[in-house]
Amino acid sequence: MTGPVSTQDLIAHAGYLASVLLFMFGIMRMGKVRTARSGNQMAAGAMVLAMISQFVEMGQIEPWFIIAGLVVGSLVGIIVSIKVGMTEMPEMVALFNGSGGIASALVALAAYAFHRIPTVPLMNAGMGEAPPSIVNGLAVMLSIVIGCVTFTGSLIAFGKLSGKVSGSPVLLPGRHMINAALLIMALGGSVMVVFTTGGMPGLGIVVAVTVVALILGVMLVIPIGGGDMPVVISLLNSYSGLAAAMAGFAINSQVLIVSGSLVGAAGLILTQIMCKAMNRSLANVLFGGFGAEDTSSGKGGGADEYKNVKAAEGEEVAMILEDVESLIVVPGYGMAVSQAQHLVRELGDIMEARGCKVSYAIHPVAGRMPGHMNVLLAEANVPYEQLFELDQINNDFKNTDAVLVIGANDVVNPDAVDKKDSPLYGMPVLNVWEARTCFVIKRSLSPGFAAVKNPLFEADNTYMVFGDGRKAVEDIINNLKSS
Amino acid sequence: MTGEVLIGFYTFILACVAGYQLITKVPPTLHTPLMSGANAISGVTILGALAMTNGHGTIGATIIGCLAVVFAMINVAGGFMVTERMLKMFASKKK
Repeated sequence: MTGPVSTQDLIAHAGYLASVLLFMFGIMRMGKVRTARSGNQMAAGAMVLAMISQFVEMGQIEPWFIIAGLVVGSLVGIIVSIKVGMTEMPEMVALFNGSGGIASALVALAAYAFHRIPTVPLMNAGMGEAPPSIVNGLAVMLSIVIGCVTFTGSLIAFGKLSGKVSGSPVLLPGRHMINAALLIMALGGSVMVVFTTGGMPGLGIVVAVTVVALILGVMLVIPIGGGDMPVVISLLNSYSGLAAAMAGFAINSQVLIVSGSLVGAAGLILTQIMCKAMNRSLANVLFGGFGAEDTSSGKGGGADEYKNVKAAEGEEVAMILEDVESLIVVPGYGMAVSQAQHLVRELGDIMEARGCKVSYAIHPVAGRMPGHMNVLLAEANVPYEQLFELDQINNDFKNTDAVLVIGANDVVNPDAVDKKDSPLYGMPVLNVWEARTCFVIKRSLSPGFAAVKNPLFEADNTYMVFGDGRKAVEDIINNLKSS
Repeated sequence: MTGEVLIGFYTFILACVAGYQLITKVPPTLHTPLMSGANAISGVTILGALAMTNGHGTIGATIIGCLAVVFAMINVAGGFMVTERMLKMFASKKK
């Protein structure tokens, strides 16, 4: 921006500044239960304002391509978001995320196509009249790399979460070497080329880097198992923000830089929270291929390893539940898979009507995305006041009559507390075994994601209720009702 | 290095720090909505997409830009709507 600033630019930038501030306050409000909804609306309003400001800055508008793009994109987004069920939320978030990633990569590609023709004036593009600098070129390449990695990574995550791709880790031999080579090719190549050409690299390089980045995204996510998806999703979320920020550098847009880095930082915080809840480092999640080695060598908790397992049918469970005064429900991924959340709530209502105190204990990494269980239980209208975090409720188990674990495994493994050589040792878990009686609804004794045996299943006060989560809960409810 | 780029760096670093500080302690209930809300905000790249589509550049740039508009808009519209749906659900059951 050299020379006098036009009124048009002044209005546009006032709009940008306002929208950036609104984004900030929006994100801030989204972090508190009471203000979350208004925070989201604020951010949505900020987006509209930013787009209007963009139109003001562009002045002359070529309507057809823009209208077509806006209409098609909005329709797809709105239809999908209305149709999606709460159980499909994790894969939906992954898909939207990938969509944002590829959009940033495309912006960078378009900016590249733009800069390549120096005779075309760069007006009306929000880029100013300055010729592309090394930084612009570098940002173009980085935006392509991060955006493409986000795109294919999110697609693989979507596949794993929706069951279209196997959720178990796929470990290629020498994958660390391959990934390192791909990363060096993508990043090193970009940097080198940009510096040697003093700005924009050649088309061949751009295409090559794009392809390498797309492959890298796939390679980075396939070795990661389904249980680690909460970490991966939040990390990819962070990447999509970073890609937008890089696109901002590519076209000199402060709005993109600010909003993109806000999202990048927010995603990073969530990633940290998830890692902490699993007592693992980010590097371990990304490169460890947790659980996979154990399963292949067959040492992880098969059914034959268990002794004295007590199984119970719905009828017996109902008989015991009739007399309990406090019940804590511990949901896990199994509840999501069998979509048992509504029945769980019904069971909770019946128990409450009988004068029993019902609460829910939510482990931070239960399920496949951050906050997965909270979303499902909210869908089933379980009152927010009945949901408790690990720290809030862990001391209550010892004073509780009964615990009902539905489709959770590793997050209720006592080995994490007292067995030093267990791979789970040190991970914060829910101390369900301290309760007087513990019911575990599970399809079989098969190991959970960590592929280790769970001594809870053979504890004296544990009853295993074998079967699909939904059917098992239904059975208990029917027996409670008929008694 | 042009002044605009330098300002960009300041902005980038400051916004990263701000973003990190803004949400230090998030209750687990909000993890999913916060993620999908932030995700929608990353669709801000729509601004770049609009600029590129409108850039009077080559037809290639326009078409790529238009594709970017589509994807970014899916991210923006879908992301905010889905977040709103979730948060509405959270709010409705509070007495």
